[in-house]
Amino acid sequence: MLLINCPYCDDALPELEFAYAGEAHIARPADPSKLSDEEWRDFLFIRSNPRGLHAERWRHIHGCGRFFNALRDTVSDRFLTTYPAGQPRPDVTKLEAAE
Amino acid sequence: MNAPVKSFANVSIAVLPPVARLNLRIAPANLAAASAAFGLPLPTKIGQGVVKNGHAAWCLGPDEWLLHAPEAEQAAIVADFAKARTKAPHSLTVISDREFTIAITGPRAQEFLTVACPLDLSRMAPGTAKRTLFDSAQVVLIRDADDAFRIEVWRSFFPHVSELLDIALREFACGL
Ligand SMILES: [Zn+2]
Repeated sequence: MLLINCPYCDDALPELEFAYAGEAHIARPADPSKLSDEEWRDFLFIRSNPRGLHAERWRHIHGCGRFFNALRDTVSDRFLTTYPAGQPRPDVTKLEAAE
Repeated sequence: MNAPVKSFANVSIAVLPPVARLNLRIAPANLAAASAAFGLPLPTKIGQGVVKNGHAAWCLGPDEWLLHAPEAEQAAIVADFAKARTKAPHSLTVISDREFTIAITGPRAQEFLTVACPLDLSRMAPGTAKRTLFDSAQVVLIRDADDAFRIEVWRSFFPHVSELLDIALREFACGL
């Protein structure tokens, strides 16, 4: 079973306890009424959908209940790291250098 | 609700008598006020539990605690927390009737729970508690000792969890 490290529980826990919640670091526009239809569409629906590293939201819904962010490789399904919501996307080169 | 105890030599299952059960949400900065109101130092690490004078508390999330106390003290606890509210805003929800508690005890209790619990229970220390899943039902799993667990399950999921435990117990009893 895939284990996911929850940064709030500080523990690697079964994937069953978690729910995926889409791409991370997508800030809601401060003033939506100033946006064009195309910009609003992009905010709502257009995602990067990369083949490889993806910063994404997860929720520890059957555990501590918190949303957090993860860097996951969409090809290998490997989690490089997880980090609390609100923190910037970690620098991958530093992560890899640390390994 | 007190179902008869079901057991074989290595595992026993019992539905425990009612208890005052409360869910507390409070900013960690205000935790001292809640600890004073409940009469024990609330644990700060997720999973940790503290038991004192018949009261018990387990930290389930960064700002969430599960509290247990004798049923007769429920009203007094709610009143004590209400007094603390002006200084330490919080939410205290009585969930006594929302859940049943099932005790699973015996030398093979840990192995028994693996029939439907995805956690690595060998890493779960006595005195800790975790919200997790039992089969598809969300539960709070409390470990009281190496050979003693409690499952707190919402009453709507109780028949499902209870039936699963009964089936597993029969399987264990006949050596499967
Ligand atoms: Zn968590």
